[in-house]
Amino acid sequence: MEVFLFIIFSILSIGGGILAITQKNPLACAISLAVTFLAIAGFYTLLSASLVAVMQVLVYAGAIMVLVIFVIMLLNLPEEEYEQEKITVPRIILGVVIGVPLLIVFFNTLGQLDLKPIGAPPDPDNYGSIESVGKLLFTQYIYPFEIISVLLLVAIVGAVILAKRHLD
Amino acid sequence: MDPKFYLIVASILFVIGVEGFILRRNIIVILMSIELMMNAVNLTLVVFSRHYLGTMDGHVVAFFSMALAAAESAIGLAIVIAVFRLKRTTSSDDMTIMKG
Repeated sequence: MEVFLFIIFSILSIGGGILAITQKNPLACAISLAVTFLAIAGFYTLLSASLVAVMQVLVYAGAIMVLVIFVIMLLNLPEEEYEQEKITVPRIILGVVIGVPLLIVFFNTLGQLDLKPIGAPPDPDNYGSIESVGKLLFTQYIYPFEIISVLLLVAIVGAVILAKRHLD
Repeated sequence: MDPKFYLIVASILFVIGVEGFILRRNIIVILMSIELMMNAVNLTLVVFSRHYLGTMDGHVVAFFSMALAAAESAIGLAIVIAVFRLKRTTSSDDMTIMKG
């Protein structure tokens, strides 16, 4: 069952990712990317990270994709604006020069990787639950958590100032 | 199931994000490629914390990364709107105010 679900999620995530970068219409890209995000939430569920899976659906597939689609619709781009986008030869060469070595390095590293667990096997009842992740978040990682909250505040203020009509 | 398969999918997704970042000229799609790369890295974090560490530290770091992605996309899209008001375009080739 796990293998079956894994294959489905892999096809959905990789297919959605490829569609997201090949579609011309930005709205179609956004919808394809939402499919990828939902498939990645499925991977999290298979890895028994239930809280991260829920947050993935809420934050990525929910909040961020709604924000992106909202901006695309707000700009209301004319069709010729994105239809005329062409992929030139130098850019393809750059893509191959950067992408192929990256894939080779990744697969090479994965081939040599010896994944033996160093800790005790996780407790299946508590692993990834809201309670256990929350405990970790509010004890060991309390300082990064507070810094992230300051960062979000800065982002709110920055977004409001940037989106103001007159920059003066 | 071997955790390496998850890592293979994550690395393929990361490379797709890189290619989208390089090949596309629409800045909204470029922003979405960055989100895709961050997602691939998050998946790697969760895989390693499940199958290697056996703890939930990776989940916590994935949370921070999600908050970072939310902040980044909010700011990025605000910049897109501000530039669109000024130049009436979303193509990064036409954005040459800073002679890039």
